[in-house]
Amino acid sequence: MGQLFAVEIIYRGVFQKTLAKNITRGIVLAAHNEGKLGISFGRYGDSPERNGIPAKSFAIVASDAQTLEAGMAQYEPKQVDVTVVLDDTLCKGAESWAWYGLHPVHQALKPGGTLIVDSLQDAPTLLKGIHRRQEPYKLGIVKGVTSFSGMWVYKDDHTDVRILGAIAKALPAVVSLASIEKFINEKLKNPLKATSAHTTFERFTSMNVKPGEGNAEEPFSFQLPKWNNMRKGVSVNGQPQGGPYADPVTKEVGGFRPVRNDKFKKYSTRTMRPVVNFETCTKCTLCWLNCPDASFDVTPDGKYDANLEACCGCGICEAVCPVPNCITMVAETAFDGNASQWEAFRKDKAAYKEWLKATVQPAGERSHGFRYRGQYKEQIPAVLEIAEKG
Amino acid sequence: MATIALPVEEKKKYEQEALITGAEAIAVACKLANVDVVTAYPIRPYDTVMQYISQLKADGEMDCEYIVAEGEHSQFEIVKHASVCGARVFCGSSGVGWMYAMEALTVTPALRVPMVAMVGNRALDDPGAFGVEHNDALAVRDLGWLLNWVDSAQEALDTALIAYRVAEDPRMFVPCAISCDGAFLTHSQALVNIPTQEQVKQFLPPYKRGDLLLHPDNVISVAPQVNEDWVMEVRRQNYEVTERACGVIREVYADFERIFGRKYGNPFFEEYMTEDAEVVLLGMGTLSTPTRVAIRKMREQGKKVGFVRLRWFRPFAGVELAKCLERFKAIGVIDRDFSFGSPNLSGVVATEVRSAMYTGAATRPPVLGFICGLGGREVLVQDVEHMTDITFQAAKGKAQPLTQWIGLRG
Ligand code: SF4
Ligand code: SF4
Repeated sequence: MGQLFAVEIIYRGVFQKTLAKNITRGIVLAAHNEGKLGISFGRYGDSPERNGIPAKSFAIVASDAQTLEAGMAQYEPKQVDVTVVLDDTLCKGAESWAWYGLHPVHQALKPGGTLIVDSLQDAPTLLKGIHRRQEPYKLGIVKGVTSFSGMWVYKDDHTDVRILGAIAKALPAVVSLASIEKFINEKLKNPLKATSAHTTFERFTSMNVKPGEGNAEEPFSFQLPKWNNMRKGVSVNGQPQGGPYADPVTKEVGGFRPVRNDKFKKYSTRTMRPVVNFETCTKCTLCWLNCPDASFDVTPDGKYDANLEACCGCGICEAVCPVPNCITMVAETAFDGNASQWEAFRKDKAAYKEWLKATVQPAGERSHGFRYRGQYKEQIPAVLEIAEKG
Repeated sequence: MATIALPVEEKKKYEQEALITGAEAIAVACKLANVDVVTAYPIRPYDTVMQYISQLKADGEMDCEYIVAEGEHSQFEIVKHASVCGARVFCGSSGVGWMYAMEALTVTPALRVPMVAMVGNRALDDPGAFGVEHNDALAVRDLGWLLNWVDSAQEALDTALIAYRVAEDPRMFVPCAISCDGAFLTHSQALVNIPTQEQVKQFLPPYKRGDLLLHPDNVISVAPQVNEDWVMEVRRQNYEVTERACGVIREVYADFERIFGRKYGNPFFEEYMTEDAEVVLLGMGTLSTPTRVAIRKMREQGKKVGFVRLRWFRPFAGVELAKCLERFKAIGVIDRDFSFGSPNLSGVVATEVRSAMYTGAATRPPVLGFICGLGGREVLVQDVEHMTDITFQAAKGKAQPLTQWIGLRG
């Protein structure tokens, strides 16, 4: 057996599909400059054509054909040398459209391997989301604005080559910076991008994450049934109807909470979540009527509480709410867990108001893809500036 | 695997090396074959090929009629008609999309239409799963289609060129489907050597339909009403094609090797570490990857096991295969398909192998059937080791069930 390497890219469907593919292709083509062989592919069960869905893309690189074949014997590598997270809101775990439960981002990372995150946050903040584990690993940040683009358009903000530069630093055995620069100059034909890769290579550092360090939550998982204890006829049990529930303060029972599928929950599928100002809500019902995932619980006092185990973060509720700033979509990095906002509101209104103010206000620019011609051109200088400052 | 890395001298002959998927490799072959009419209708995993062809066309690299039909049935009808009018055609589908085209698929061989199709193998799903299973392509196995399975992007490209040459040979004029395992092949980008246009020109002559051409200068009517007193004779004509098929395929592979310098050896099946093997596994498509890796591992442990990868399922080189297999003590056939209610309840390939052995082999080694890797489930190295152990038990004379499900929960 020769040398075998696997790199995994965790990304958001549609918004980062092309970006992830460009990175894994770049790894293989750059490593090929050193005579290595490789393949690049996406996890097939994923559905990267769905907005924001967490998905994975891989590059396998080997020193010879037989070793490469050994690496290909399993479609999805179970052990990778480097994991790249292209959107820091995914640090809370990746949940595929094909639904295997919530997987920690370093689930496949070898002990001592490097986790690279594209983020403006610092390591302690990211570690609040990244699950703890038994094996140590390294965490490195490529400082940058999350790069999101659309289905048919690509924002060429150098994130691809910056990640390649970081990989060359983290694991020079898989591909050297020289090979990456050669690939960029010959295939991408853009000297500026070669400079970006070089700068990131120079700056990239990583820290050691000790066993047990990180988010203490147990990621949601479940067992798949055996063939002989599954329902027959490709059928599943329906959900009971649900019903009223109690106010945590007054104990008054009312409202309506549907019973939801206890296996299919949502965590990192969202890049944003709705934050509701229950004081200005007029109970108009529009959010509840329009939510595509029936995420709203009707509270005993007749308000609407987005249940975050059901919410996919589409933002429709924000768009339909007639009251200004009553529902605001906020980037997921601002939150831990899926706790009910309404319950927090009921328990301490003043504290909720404070939290609301602090959470909603800094909601910065976060683009869900392509809106109009020329949009990316406008965005790129600012993004590159942040990248250059490091 | 040998096709992924070529010796450097040999590489020089090629125009370029590209990192492309198996589906994209077939699209490149369509470009090189200068295909005239392409019809498309999206279904995963076949759709990668239609996307890539549309990109080649949009980039001005490929000149063809590109028609997006309103469903698979029309998709295959359109190319059928175009082919009768003398156009070189390409289409394809997957899973239930392929099945939706079934009426068009059934009549194509009788009309002597040399269409080339790619089947991106997919489970016949209800609902949703798009993982590989071979039952979609196998649905045409009795109808006069030529049918093969490839296991690398390079082989996909080469086989597409071979398929045009075989199908359009005037001794043949029948459709040919190239089966590519969904995901493992259709969606994995590997390094592929792309031959030059010159080489392809030398290998693949223009499509000439002769007196079967539907054209004002050649006044014929195709597919008139055929009543009961005609059908059996029509079928006999297709039977005649299948009698010739193996010979034509052998010729074309020899020519391929001469022009492109890439050797496939026996066109019909590929043997891996069989020389001194006591038992062999047999299967089709990309399960070859974990199987070869497992075999190398088991060889290190002293287990004499080999692998036979069937390339052409139609025609089925029964006599030759039986002669190859008769020397082993037991054979384990891995089916990525099912054939419910079949003899011994085995998969399609195991049943065919047993049938071929009954008439063609001098010995009667046990032929075990394994159903594995359905619906896109991976065939793991440990699954292959498990199947090999069972096959060794049979070789030692310990009776084993003739059909077993491997890698199942429960
Ligand atoms: S963001 Fe979308 S899914 Fe979530 S509560 Fe609002 S409308 Fe429903
Ligand atoms: S749409 Fe806005 S105002 Fe109407 S019920 Fe929902 S939160 Fe309240």
